[in-house]
Amino acid sequence: MIQARPDTEAEEPAAAKRPLTGAEIVFECLLAEGVSTIFGYPGGANLPLYQHLPSYPQLHHVLVRHEQGGAHAADGYARSRRGAVGVVFATSGPGALNMVTGLATAYADSVPVVAITGQVAITAVGTDAFQESDVIGSTMSVTKHSYLVTRIEDIAPTIREAFHVARSGRPGPVLIDLPKDLQQATMEFEPATEPVRLRSFPEPPRPDGMKLRRIAQLISEARRPVMLIGRGVIISGAETEVMELAHRAHIPTGWTLLGTGAFPVRDPLALQMVGFMGAGFTNRAVCDADLLILIGMRCDDRVTTRLDSFAPRVEHIVHIDIDPAEIGKNVVPHVSLVADAKTALGALLPLVEPKREHEWLTTIDQWREEHPIRFVHRNGLLQPQEVLIEMYRRCQDEAIVLADVGLNQIWAALWFDYRKPGRFLNSGGTGTMGYAFPASMGAKLSNPDKTVFCISGEGGFVMNMQEMATMVEQNIDVNVLILNNASLGMVRQFQDEFYGGIRSAVDLSFTPDFVKLGEAFGMKAMTTDRAADVGPMLDEALAHHGPVLMNFDIDRDANVYPIVPLGKGMLDFVEAS
Amino acid sequence: MSQSRLLSVLVENKPGVLNRVASAVRRRGFNIDSLSVGPTDDASVSRMTITVQVGRQQAEQATKQLAKLIDVITIDDVTGQRVVAHELLLIRMHAPHSSRRDVLDIVDIFRGRVVDIAVESVIVEVTGSTEKVDNFIELMRPFGIKEVARSGAVALVRGDDARLRLLDFELPSGEPEIHPVSGDDDEAVDTTGNV
Repeated sequence: MIQARPDTEAEEPAAAKRPLTGAEIVFECLLAEGVSTIFGYPGGANLPLYQHLPSYPQLHHVLVRHEQGGAHAADGYARSRRGAVGVVFATSGPGALNMVTGLATAYADSVPVVAITGQVAITAVGTDAFQESDVIGSTMSVTKHSYLVTRIEDIAPTIREAFHVARSGRPGPVLIDLPKDLQQATMEFEPATEPVRLRSFPEPPRPDGMKLRRIAQLISEARRPVMLIGRGVIISGAETEVMELAHRAHIPTGWTLLGTGAFPVRDPLALQMVGFMGAGFTNRAVCDADLLILIGMRCDDRVTTRLDSFAPRVEHIVHIDIDPAEIGKNVVPHVSLVADAKTALGALLPLVEPKREHEWLTTIDQWREEHPIRFVHRNGLLQPQEVLIEMYRRCQDEAIVLADVGLNQIWAALWFDYRKPGRFLNSGGTGTMGYAFPASMGAKLSNPDKTVFCISGEGGFVMNMQEMATMVEQNIDVNVLILNNASLGMVRQFQDEFYGGIRSAVDLSFTPDFVKLGEAFGMKAMTTDRAADVGPMLDEALAHHGPVLMNFDIDRDANVYPIVPLGKGMLDFVEAS
Repeated sequence: MSQSRLLSVLVENKPGVLNRVASAVRRRGFNIDSLSVGPTDDASVSRMTITVQVGRQQAEQATKQLAKLIDVITIDDVTGQRVVAHELLLIRMHAPHSSRRDVLDIVDIFRGRVVDIAVESVIVEVTGSTEKVDNFIELMRPFGIKEVARSGAVALVRGDDARLRLLDFELPSGEPEIHPVSGDDDEAVDTTGNV
């Protein structure tokens, strides 16, 4: 590649080089990677990092109140904005181990996060020193890769490689374990200029032309095509290409939980979420399809329900994913393409003939009418969907919405209602309760111009509620909606419906008064149990600059519907009655 | 159906790589029959030879999961390919004067070598395929086996166009360097799948 030469031939005057400490090298490298925000918590083994941190005022350090919160915040920071990488610091031992769940969450959902953990001095590694634990061993299965740095010379190349690994291919979290003495050691530092190259980590291949033509042919021959999209579409930024493909060949398009937001819900070709708690009409469409196009998704058990019930009439399955290990893992495709979704669809689109299958679309519209996503008003109690409808009304197709795990998550996904692709963040793979609240703080810091709504149950919220202190200290403008049913709602629903109706350890009546709790942390806090108050409360929250905690006491017996009973097939879904 | 599969893997010669590879196999619930690891002509690269008892589809999944590891450079499921797959057996036999000649006759037939000899016992070295080593051990059993150490198989593909090679950056990158047991564009549906 030819690059323009600068006008001046004169060499930069060589800056007087002084040796840098390992800690300073870390910050120089983070700046070189474009990092501006770090979530972290100090401790004995990363003190040298914190000693030098104030010398880098261009780096915004957010002192979280628990390392799990830090990992989720870094996840939310990265997940909410394409191209961003979340960075989190923790100390050795308990600090690092507290991040394991956060790393697992990011790993399952392919989120680029770089975690830098302090480790005891390299001379003490392996001696069971104070706050020493085997962090590499403990995080191996929940990171895309991890590094124990053993020489100061390796710090800079390791950080560069870590960012490269975290963001390339199928993204994921990477951990760097950095012994304390290396943070303090010094060396002359030269910024690297060569791009990172890993021989074991090739660029994703260009889509194979033969396969693309085969896929185009299958699309033109299909009479009952259905497309399903997952988070891979969002990671790759292929929302526009998906829309174009859907509209060119009139392919009804549904999505996974993690694919929610990638396709406009109001589009006439939009199906809905598929699977275990997906819409009935989507499941029927999948089960009747003759061609199934799966893009950027894993086909996990929440999508397929009982595997033998998934798409029984299908004649051809096309699976496009960047991770070869996802091809054929659960659902065996007839044609597969290992490629980035945007690249693959960009190459596929010119080969696809415009066409329309009126009959199939009419059939689906019929199912849409037979199986609407609906809820039931009961006894004048506030229904969670009423809260969500009011909230989505105020999103203006722009706001970033986060949901925690449980009933609140599925309600929020099913009622997500944008006219264009939008951002819906939740822990879909690991289902980590307590994810949404700290992640929402990362999402807001990553997107200061966007409104952020964080939906949570009262159970998940208290799992990471210590981050209220961070939110208030940093004045992070997040609107938190607690859908409070005074129970572990999804577990309660499962117990009621699948475990003999025996309610066991699900009563959360003893959760705190959330208004007093929020105010104790300095948050603006409100509560209601009346539908009429929801809109005005949301408006008040939006008008307020700073974090707001809203508690909604909802119908304690509100459940998620439709739902496929455990062990049953895709068409056995039970609907709201 | 489960069968013995032979995976040949080139990995970075770094600490912890064995742990990562073993973990990735364990994570999918597969049992490793044997695993041997040693240096290659390139000091930065080690070769692992892994035998696992799994079905074809599981082997494909294990192979793909291993290929994803940053420290795994290339991986090939060489089961059924033209390979030389040998292992080394060291066996200490009960071999007093009365039976020593009979033991040594069999050792000769298997082209083994006596590497240590004592009054009551001998240590014999035999190399070859796993099947050959198994057969040898069976024939030794009546004489009284005192101790056995086996290396596990190491393997190379026969012929000039060996399948395993390091990726060359300068070449336009093609499909990742994985050779799954079945082409992923099979038009025929795998019966182990759901469709």
